[in-house]
Amino acid sequence: MKTYLPPKFIVERDDSRCIRCEVCVNQCTFDVHSYDTEDDELKSHEENCVGCHRCVVFCPTEALTIRRNPLDYRENYNWRPEVIEDIIKQSETGGVLLTGMGNDKSYRIYWDHLVLNASQVTNPSIDPLREPMELTTYLGRKPDRVEFGSLGLKTELAPQVKLEVPVMFSAMSYGAVSLNVQESLARAATEMGTLWNTGEGGLHPKLYKYGDNTIVQVASGRFGVHPEYLNVAKVVEIKIGQGAKPGIGGHLPGEKVSAEVSSTRMIPKGTDALSPAPQHDIYSIEDLAQLVYALKEATNYTKPIAVKIAAVHNSAAIASGMVRAGADIIVLDGLRGSTGAAPKIIRDNVGIPIELALASVDDRLRQEGIRNQASVVIAGGIRNSGDVAKAIALGADAIYIGTAALVALGCTICQQCHTGKCAWGICTTDPWLTKRVNPDIGARRLSNLLRGWSLELKDILGGMGINALESLRGNRLHLRGVGLTDTELEILGVRMAGR
Amino acid sequence: MKEAVTIDAKGIFYRELNAKLRKAVSNGTQKIELRNVYGQRYIGTDLGKPVEIEIFGTPGNDLGAFMDSPRIIVHGNAQDGCGNTMNNGEIIIHGHAGDILGLSARGGKIFVREDVGYRAGIHMKEYQDKKPMVVIGGTAQDFLGEYMAGGILILLGLNLKEGESHKANFIGTGMHGGAIYMRGEVQEFQLGKEVGVAELDENDYLVLKKLVGEFAHHFDYNAEEILKHKFIKLFPLYLRPYGRLYAY
Repeated sequence: MKTYLPPKFIVERDDSRCIRCEVCVNQCTFDVHSYDTEDDELKSHEENCVGCHRCVVFCPTEALTIRRNPLDYRENYNWRPEVIEDIIKQSETGGVLLTGMGNDKSYRIYWDHLVLNASQVTNPSIDPLREPMELTTYLGRKPDRVEFGSLGLKTELAPQVKLEVPVMFSAMSYGAVSLNVQESLARAATEMGTLWNTGEGGLHPKLYKYGDNTIVQVASGRFGVHPEYLNVAKVVEIKIGQGAKPGIGGHLPGEKVSAEVSSTRMIPKGTDALSPAPQHDIYSIEDLAQLVYALKEATNYTKPIAVKIAAVHNSAAIASGMVRAGADIIVLDGLRGSTGAAPKIIRDNVGIPIELALASVDDRLRQEGIRNQASVVIAGGIRNSGDVAKAIALGADAIYIGTAALVALGCTICQQCHTGKCAWGICTTDPWLTKRVNPDIGARRLSNLLRGWSLELKDILGGMGINALESLRGNRLHLRGVGLTDTELEILGVRMAGR
Repeated sequence: MKEAVTIDAKGIFYRELNAKLRKAVSNGTQKIELRNVYGQRYIGTDLGKPVEIEIFGTPGNDLGAFMDSPRIIVHGNAQDGCGNTMNNGEIIIHGHAGDILGLSARGGKIFVREDVGYRAGIHMKEYQDKKPMVVIGGTAQDFLGEYMAGGILILLGLNLKEGESHKANFIGTGMHGGAIYMRGEVQEFQLGKEVGVAELDENDYLVLKKLVGEFAHHFDYNAEEILKHKFIKLFPLYLRPYGRLYAY
């Protein structure tokens, strides 16, 4: 069938600069560039281009420019080019449209409508370059009250995990991303005193040594979940849902299940790794409690158990149930949370913005007097330290970043993760491509990112006259809203700027 | 160090009971007898040694969840989640078992003398020498072997009357690995769309002979009598049942 899909990008090659080195041919995984030996000419198959810009960055003479194909259909706000193309794709395949990364639609980003406070005249700001600043965060259940005896603390504390930076790497499974990516994350987390998350693809034995900085996931597929996996970790996370695809399971396609991936997932090579939509031992809050305590029993109460859900309409009520079910950490993944593969229609239409979910969950847990019983971690589209500071002020204990971490490794968010052909070597298990992420360099790039954000967070705190992140946590008086409705302000629990 | 101990579980919360089990096992106890068990959960979890635990009474949910190595014998019925994500070991139940028996198990053996609930053997998986095996003496409810990705599931139907068929529907729905062997009548409409039906070959009989032999030994049956009856084998039609669902 002839495809009616027009090319999305235009490849411009400056022939006066091109030296025929064929770097573009070798770097492109979507077969856009080819070299014609007879004509001594490089040719472009523009219809294959996904706009990842790998060739642009690696062209030694800067001969390449990739531009969006303007696709000047007759203007129509309802029938935009993307809508038209999706219909064409489905009419040619009859399938569910798959995509990668997070929701790219223009839902309001509340971080951009929240502003932070700073000290002026009435209280002094602090210069973080010369005065101590504290970003240390402890995740885990906190007691209702503490008692001291002659020997110090008498109250027995639930297991706590110390973070030097309140930013962790969110769950990205081996199989979705490569082992080199996971190693980069694990090493950066270890160096910076934070945690990375295995996702649900099991843990490669090569990474066991980073166990003290590892969160292992127990999800509906239970891939690679065995006693050693649970015991090597610092935190065990039960994954109920994911912001990019609330209510949906996962299918790691068989072609991504290489011999190495199969050894970690513990399924035969080449079979689809199916993660069912629900966990079939969890149909209620009581059942969740059963799994939470099964994992506490399996790890002899030595580790916090986290429960991750996608942010949905009744998150606040669910979060209350999760805390009462024994979760020590609750994780909320918002509307803009990313994925290695999800049905596009789900990614773009299901779930709620993380800012609103966080504010309502924090409120509800406070109202019920159980906020201390669990740490709250959020995920889903956090872009910079400003978002982090605002999230902490809204009530988060820590933040997960996924996309931001991958961008640090080279990702340009071309949304082709589901194809397994990532030209940046990130979201692929093809051994030829995974070499493109060198764990030495990857770990350095990620550590640099966290170091930069830490310095900025200290600047933000210092400007507010605060010397510890703990003083900002849940302190919404440090936030003001700009351009928000009364209802939005009410849900976020912040005042309008100027008030 | 004591070779064998008896623990009276009457009125003890599971956390305390399991702490006692951990302590006994770490002291090198080889055999533990649990008396008066009334619904305590997670028995056998986090012991990690091939200790034998004999349970008198009714253990609670998640018996042997995440279990690695122990051998559990239940003189009574087991509840839901028995053998949940089990890694290794053996569970022998002289009675019925509830829903999701052996959920996501990756190794070990489970023998149930009577019937089991819904979704038994769901999403069991195998990798190289890790291969879970479940033998059920009676019959099962719907979604037997759902999403099964590996391992062996045997349904014997010993308590079915002459001419009575198994009642389960959606057997093997989404199955993409492993094998289900069934003795007793089952109609085609009861099977999931992703399974095929095959006659048994020589290898299949070897598997059956071994596992049914163990079953018969545990519960005092005559294996030869059981094996005389016709069996069918259910196998996954596709390794990738949902491979053709998507557009890129």
